[in-house]
Amino acid sequence: MKIAEANENQVPLWRLGVWWFLGSEIVVFGGLLACYTLYRFHHPEWGMEAAHTLSWVGAINTVVLLTSSLTMILAHERVEQCDLSGAVKFLGITILLGLLFLSFKGYEYHHEISNGLLPSKSLFWSFYYLMTGLHGLHVVGGLIANGVVWQGLKKGKNPHRIESVGIYWHFVDVVWIYLFPLLYLASPGGAL
Amino acid sequence: MKRFIRTYLFSLDHKMIGKQYLITGLLMSLVGGYLAYVFRHQLAWPGSPVPGYGMVGPDQYNGFVTMHGTIMVFWVAMPILLSGFGNYLLPLMIGARDMAFPRLNMLSYWTFFLSTVVLITSFFVPGGPASGGWTSYPPLSDQPGFTGVFWGGHLWILAVALEFTSMLMGGINFLTTTLALRAKGMCLFRMPIFVWMENIASLLFMFSVGPLIAGAFMLLADRLVNTGFFMPSAGGDPLLFQHLFWFFGHPEVYVLLLPSLGILAEVFTVFSRKTLFGYRTIVYATLVAGVLSFVVWAHHQFISGMDPRLAAPFSVTTILISVPFAISLFSFIATLWGGSIEFTTAMLFAVGMLAEFMIGGVTGIFNGSAAADIYLHDTYFVVAHFHYTLFPVTFFGAFAGIYHWFPKMYGRFLNEKWGKVHFWVTALSFNVIFIPLFLLGLAGHQRRIFDPTVFDYLAKYQHLHVIATFAMITMLLGQIPFIANFIISIYKGRLADRNPWKGTTLEWVAPSPPGHGNFENDPVVHRGPYDYSLPGRDREWVSQTEE
Repeated sequence: MKIAEANENQVPLWRLGVWWFLGSEIVVFGGLLACYTLYRFHHPEWGMEAAHTLSWVGAINTVVLLTSSLTMILAHERVEQCDLSGAVKFLGITILLGLLFLSFKGYEYHHEISNGLLPSKSLFWSFYYLMTGLHGLHVVGGLIANGVVWQGLKKGKNPHRIESVGIYWHFVDVVWIYLFPLLYLASPGGAL
Repeated sequence: MKRFIRTYLFSLDHKMIGKQYLITGLLMSLVGGYLAYVFRHQLAWPGSPVPGYGMVGPDQYNGFVTMHGTIMVFWVAMPILLSGFGNYLLPLMIGARDMAFPRLNMLSYWTFFLSTVVLITSFFVPGGPASGGWTSYPPLSDQPGFTGVFWGGHLWILAVALEFTSMLMGGINFLTTTLALRAKGMCLFRMPIFVWMENIASLLFMFSVGPLIAGAFMLLADRLVNTGFFMPSAGGDPLLFQHLFWFFGHPEVYVLLLPSLGILAEVFTVFSRKTLFGYRTIVYATLVAGVLSFVVWAHHQFISGMDPRLAAPFSVTTILISVPFAISLFSFIATLWGGSIEFTTAMLFAVGMLAEFMIGGVTGIFNGSAAADIYLHDTYFVVAHFHYTLFPVTFFGAFAGIYHWFPKMYGRFLNEKWGKVHFWVTALSFNVIFIPLFLLGLAGHQRRIFDPTVFDYLAKYQHLHVIATFAMITMLLGQIPFIANFIISIYKGRLADRNPWKGTTLEWVAPSPPGHGNFENDPVVHRGPYDYSLPGRDREWVSQTEE
């Protein structure tokens, strides 16, 4: 006997589950972003610290992550057209772009740490490492999930899972869209 | 052996997972109770060795007070009320065969179990357990140097984070199951109130806990990599943590209260043989209260040093939130009105919960008014107040639920005579513990004081501590009949059929105990949950499955 079974004409269970999961994730990042933003209003001088971030690497990374969202969409589209080999290809590119993002991020960390910009240097850098670090962990989690689905796709199993990991991957992308301007670009002069 | 592991340890069945949560929570309540016994003994007779423990030093005292609060809220109230009863009853009540994600459900319990192990471990590491209070306010919790606790504080954060993860997984399961797996005909307004309450509680938890998780990361970073999120010396702000904590902490109060009110609604209707008064009103009032619960948090911080202009708005919202709850509670009382009430043990605990919770609610108005709170803040008045809310909600609610659904869980009744002994000892000793604490608080006794006798102005109130401690020991002894009753009745109790209390909701349609998959045939629902004493029927209760 099948234990869990949704009624017909309903949202599938896994889609509901993913959205509830994202709901709980949004408040975690929401809380952090709210704390950071409130502090930022009181500390215009953080702009000077932000000038030490490698904004051009961050900008490239933004492009990398946005492109990976595009290839994720394309992989999803291929699945819907029942072209699994195409989906395997595009999901593979998504994973590679995710790894590229992490590599650039690692380069940034290396550059900053070797210049003495440690988490304990000032509150700005504390927030910088905590928020980008937490985001990075989410990228790693997303990559693992993508890898599992990619393995399945190669064997033709569970192609519908592409949508779950896709929704999650876009969420990780959207968080970065908030982090990039708040941490890298906010102007040195005045409040936000 | 393999079968034993599949059935009792790594079970996918929501009923077994519910029981695992329930029993883990009950066992943890013994740990929490033991800690309370040790520090209450110290308060009554400072400096004398505690039988069963030994001498208590100030450091152990702080650690025990902290761990008592942490355990009772996160490892007793939440697993029993939200996860235990929720897991066991929610799929049964909506006519589902299991949760939407059984494997996620199992993962949720074992994550919780891991968090329990981490928390217990923290008692035995060098420096002892966390001792910055259950609220873990920085700067005290922020720098290991301030409390002398290094590992204990890290493990506390890790354990709480794991526990939250586990409850989030459970919440995702509850919400998805309720939305997607209801039986045919079970529209939202035919769901038992308990199901509504579990779902609203899950929503509140899901949308309030995020900022505290963020806060926990920040606290951990402060402790481990020397950042200064909450340290004024580094430009941080300790008040920020208080905001993050109570933004979660106040909705959390309702995360605990709502499942308990759900149990109350089920027990009240069954044992007064009446339909619930104002079903929709209760649902809407609870939704309103849920929304309001996100904008009352700063009433915990009136004297924290936040902008005093915030005190007035938060006082207003706090008084405002008592309106929807008053509506719900009066609806429950109106349910009793004119009913043919049968005082089973479950009903006694449910009525007791309502009565005691009222005292907790009313004394909350004192604390919620900024003017009165300036005097009462952090005194034993506050301690008595929140025990008058949380104790009835957690223990009276849980006991009502256990006596009520035990026949469903094990196919046998608990002994009613010993149950009533259990109720009266618990209820009477509870009041004798906490009424003296109201008086102590009004006399200006601050909480978290290791040895009150060093203060001259408190010397003449020392007898109140002694009374409370004697009552506390009585209450602990009063749980022995319950524990014995619970264990013996599993094997020797009077056999129960599938509907021993003549209830109308779907869990009573399933066999007692239900097998994996719950129902012999998927139930079809034709009516609301509480059709008792309908005119023109030959039987005075009509099950939800009847036309």
